[in-house]
Amino acid sequence: MKNTASKEISKVIFSSSLGTLIEWYDFYIFGSLATVIAKQFFPEGQGTAALLSTLAIFAAGFIVRPFGALFFGRLGDLIGRKYTFLLTLVLMGGSTFLIGVIPGYKTIGVLAPILVLILRLVQGLALGGEYGGAATYVAEHAPAGRRGYYTSWIQTTATLGLFVSLGAILLTKMSMTDEAFNAEWGGWRYPFWGSIVLVGVSIYIRLQMKESPVFNKLKSEGKTSANPLKESFAHKANLKMVLLALFGAVMGQGVIWYTGQFYAQSFLETKAMLNFEQSRTIILWAILFATPFFVVFGALSDRFGRKWFMMLGMLLGILTYRPIYQSFLTHTNVEASLADTKDISSKVIERKQLVNKGSLMVATVMRQSPNGIVFKQTAIDTIFNETASNINPGKKIYSDKHLPSKTYWLFVFLVFAQIIYVTMVYGPIAAFLVELFPTRIRYTSMSLPYHIGNGVFGGLVPFIATLITSFKGATPLSGLWYPIGVASLCFVIGSIYLSNKTQNNVHD
Amino acid sequence: MKSLKRNLGYVWMGLGPAVMVFMLWQAIEKISMARQQVTLVTAGAAKDAASSIVTNTILQWSIIIAIFLPIACGMIIFGKYAVQGEYDSLPDSAVATD
Repeated sequence: MKNTASKEISKVIFSSSLGTLIEWYDFYIFGSLATVIAKQFFPEGQGTAALLSTLAIFAAGFIVRPFGALFFGRLGDLIGRKYTFLLTLVLMGGSTFLIGVIPGYKTIGVLAPILVLILRLVQGLALGGEYGGAATYVAEHAPAGRRGYYTSWIQTTATLGLFVSLGAILLTKMSMTDEAFNAEWGGWRYPFWGSIVLVGVSIYIRLQMKESPVFNKLKSEGKTSANPLKESFAHKANLKMVLLALFGAVMGQGVIWYTGQFYAQSFLETKAMLNFEQSRTIILWAILFATPFFVVFGALSDRFGRKWFMMLGMLLGILTYRPIYQSFLTHTNVEASLADTKDISSKVIERKQLVNKGSLMVATVMRQSPNGIVFKQTAIDTIFNETASNINPGKKIYSDKHLPSKTYWLFVFLVFAQIIYVTMVYGPIAAFLVELFPTRIRYTSMSLPYHIGNGVFGGLVPFIATLITSFKGATPLSGLWYPIGVASLCFVIGSIYLSNKTQNNVHD
Repeated sequence: MKSLKRNLGYVWMGLGPAVMVFMLWQAIEKISMARQQVTLVTAGAAKDAASSIVTNTILQWSIIIAIFLPIACGMIIFGKYAVQGEYDSLPDSAVATD
């Protein structure tokens, strides 16, 4: 009997997690391929296309995700969890596949970015509805006292989705030339096409699933909510919990999550100037090693309570982000030892004629520093006329850095540590949110703070970090004040206002 | 602890408008900076590109302010509830009322 129940819950977890993983994969491949997508659909210098690009990036994450949470959350509380998150999966998979078959801007003009924008908005809408449904569905199947452990499997999917998307892109890119990958109908489209197969399998599996027993009971008793939105946000008893969940937990979780997984990758690529392959494989290894800890902290939260694991993850981020990112900069600094650096390739010099007078001389050479970093040095000098005395030496750029093994694994460890913080805050949070709200409005009430915390506070990490680095006197580390500030605020609110008590009954 | 929770409520009530003022100030500053850049550009194609950057900056900041306004209001309400003692002792979960 116990064996059958265990098999049943394993099936529930597998079916729910697989679909959610695929949704995250679909959502991430767009972001991971942003450069090539921008080139194909939103070319520079085309005013309307650039505007649509901004809308695709900003609106999908910040507006449509919370709206999706409200729309599908309401639906899930009215008609049930199963069919709602089946619908979100179909929408997500369908729109991802369709993005992969839209001809580029060169072929169909402005219609291309319009179609991509619409499909990206559908993706954001579907993502807004998916997570709350999956977490609620698993939690409502889980036995009391094990809810943290079972829902933590759902929590692994967001990180694994990123892992699969990065892996798929990296494998595709490595199997062909850059030209073949970046062409209009090139390899960058393959991960989008692959999505239809994954979604097909997941839909089949989800169709075999039964409705949540807790929701079914509520429905048979005629106790489902007639208006989940009104009940969630117009009644003080619920609204105060929604606000507490947002400001005391999810807001901090969102910034810890985005900093550890996305800002780290972007920082390694744009500030530490690592090459494409290493900046991605470092993230991939760190994710691979850290992912089991979602389940570890989920399970531990069943025993010791959810609150302090989440607060500890935030506190560690607050205290260690600056030393970690400083270490990224220190270990990739090649300027300090330039005198001892040797050339390992012959110098390639290109001359580009300027429109007015003179020309630009671009000299590129591969070099190796004494600590083993191989990098590309690009010197761009302006020559006002053809005499050597009129050369204006420009700043040298050190890019495409390839780290030696020891430093590479140190970086993997530093990113791993950040993802461990993510597992601390994110592992127990599904169970925490589910337990905060009653069944009749659970899907709606938990989805909105989750997607505001992640989509808005987390999603704005790159934008606000860049904004802060534009301030006078800013350093490359100044951008970290945004996640540190938000996590600190959330840590204070969470520590003071949240309860550490786990709620065993989710049948209310 | 109860008095700390209540007194901090005033801080949260003040934080909501403070965030909004900061965001609006940043939006105005960044949009003006982008506009200044357009006036410095004289060449036709480059001027078009610069104008497009201004429109983009306005759009980005409009979206951010539109989404942060309700969040800031939420922070004020959160502070108000804290001051009223709504978080003095929490129920096990929210209670749905009809």
